[in-house]
Amino acid sequence: MASGNTVLHLASGPTGLVGKLHPTVLFNICDSYIRRNDQQERVIGTLLGSISADGTVDIRNSYAVPHNESLDQVAVDIDYHRTMFDLHQRVSPKEVIIGWYSTGAGVSGSDALIQDFYGREVTNPVHLTVDTSFSDDRPSIKAYVSTNLTLGDRQLAAQFHEIQLDLRMIEAERIGFDVLKKTMVDKLPNDIEGLEGTISRLHGMIDTVYRYVDDVVEGRIPPDNTIGRYLADTMAAVPKIAPDAFDKLFHESVQDVLLVIYLANLTRTQLTLAEKLNTAAQIV
Amino acid sequence: MADSSGPPVRSFAQAAATEETVVPLRVVQIDGLVVLKIVKHCKECMPSLVTGQLLGLDIGSILEVTNCFPFPSRGGEEEDEVEADGANYQLEMMRCLREVNVDNNTVGWYQSTYMGSYQTVELIETFLNYQENIKRCVCIIYDPLRSQQGIVALKALRLSDSFMELYRTENFKGEKLREKNMSWTDIFEEIPVKISNSSLVSAVMTELETDAPATQCDFDRLVLSTNPFMEKNLEFLIECMDDLGMEQQKFQYYYRNLSRQQGQQQAWLQKRRAENMARRAAGEEPLPEEDPNNPLFKPIPEPSRLDSYLITNQVNNYCNQINGFAGQTSAEISRDISSHDTVFSCTAGPGCTLVVGLQCKAGYKVRVSLQRGAMWFMVVNIPVPPRPGVHHDG
Repeated sequence: MASGNTVLHLASGPTGLVGKLHPTVLFNICDSYIRRNDQQERVIGTLLGSISADGTVDIRNSYAVPHNESLDQVAVDIDYHRTMFDLHQRVSPKEVIIGWYSTGAGVSGSDALIQDFYGREVTNPVHLTVDTSFSDDRPSIKAYVSTNLTLGDRQLAAQFHEIQLDLRMIEAERIGFDVLKKTMVDKLPNDIEGLEGTISRLHGMIDTVYRYVDDVVEGRIPPDNTIGRYLADTMAAVPKIAPDAFDKLFHESVQDVLLVIYLANLTRTQLTLAEKLNTAAQIV
Repeated sequence: MADSSGPPVRSFAQAAATEETVVPLRVVQIDGLVVLKIVKHCKECMPSLVTGQLLGLDIGSILEVTNCFPFPSRGGEEEDEVEADGANYQLEMMRCLREVNVDNNTVGWYQSTYMGSYQTVELIETFLNYQENIKRCVCIIYDPLRSQQGIVALKALRLSDSFMELYRTENFKGEKLREKNMSWTDIFEEIPVKISNSSLVSAVMTELETDAPATQCDFDRLVLSTNPFMEKNLEFLIECMDDLGMEQQKFQYYYRNLSRQQGQQQAWLQKRRAENMARRAAGEEPLPEEDPNNPLFKPIPEPSRLDSYLITNQVNNYCNQINGFAGQTSAEISRDISSHDTVFSCTAGPGCTLVVGLQCKAGYKVRVSLQRGAMWFMVVNIPVPPRPGVHHDG
């Protein structure tokens, strides 16, 4: 079959497809890039996930696939790709092949060949590129789909369209960027420390809003209706409770919680005591 | 060994030869990638508990965990078949990962847990299985439910050496335990966890960090409906206490039997002596005072203490969780109290709003004092009747 080795990369409008990228994939790509073989320019790998009916591509998992690249040839280890896919299927059968990734900026010449290979695994594979070399001072992460340009039955080129890519950072946020962005974190934050950070951030936010509202009231900045509406909405979200009722409510909750703490501590004291008695009881 | 203070670059053989000086394991250093992978796997399979393998390197006192892969969850197939299948999967996966230069060295496994209820005999068995092959291994426990409260609920555990030795000899009699001076706190050792990220990941994440003032983790922490979690915790605690009670009864039964037997032995001995006296008076040979065939002298097996130790550990764990969590809750409530006269709000990102309280200075005071209260409880471990009124007047 004639596969076009030329790449036509046109800036095109949104194609309706939206990619959702989970941070695990990003971490995996970075890791495989770091662990690439000597003198290897880039790494490629398979993307796993799901495609929903409305055209959203959920990129949830990935694995690196060894490959070899020379001037006009690309050899992808197909066996490896198959085995790895089978292994992944056994853990999460819902994740299917949806495309492939490579490191490097944008689309390069041999990508059409690899795209062609993945096109046999899945219709319309997604091609994700992560620029690990930071060529324009920031990691550009892009996703593409391709269409074939044909003239008659002769294939001319593969045309890559960029699609919209959402970073699903919620998972990373759950763990906390503080943990994921430093090269070394000595200690995981515990309950109270985490809360302390959150409260101080909250404090900062309130200060910001305070200042903003004051400025608007005193006419220092022009009022913005949208922000005002947001503020009014949030205010309305808080039910109005009479201070007395609130005090009562609050006291009750605090007492509940304190009682539970008390109980837990009592239990622990009991355990310590019981242990002493249990071992002492051996001297019969 | 001789060249332990030699040049930093050593040959592999030399390194292997110097391995005899065993350094205790101090830190488990987990890659951010591993954390994300574990979280992903455990969360996706949430109601069911899952496990996976950890890969990495063992360097001196640090155990580096640089990659991991999930195990397929077991179906209802034949036991042997599943086992062979699992081993195959493992080998195949490791072979594949080695091809892309991932560290090909098992350092332990991870597993998800439900509200920290992981202290079971199975865990110990798995540990022993692993430890037979790998000298140093850890188990990373992840609690997806607790993580919903905005905490990274990761824990690295291993069995203490003294416990392992005892477990191999299967000797959990009270006397032996006292001899070894081992209490229930000595079964598991928790190893401090460090998280490391490569510079590349660090750079990418710094670039990608959203500039929203509040993150998901903040929202999780500030959710006010904390009761269900607390209730579950207490429920488990009560269940555990029941189990502990059963164990205690077993011991009581054993002691009662033991003392009854001793009484009977005494009575028998006295009878035998009186008989012997009579026989001697009659000029006959005295009967022996010990009779191995007598059922009275058969020792009653002492029940193992392992279960009660494990349950005790579990109870302690629940108590810790409650304490940590209750500290958070009370702080949350006190944050809220300060808000009732000046309730204000701000928006954080489209669609999600965060309701906050003002008068934060007062709120802080309340929080800190409560927090200290909780901490003090934790450290001193003497229950003090709570006086909630005091904390509020800030």
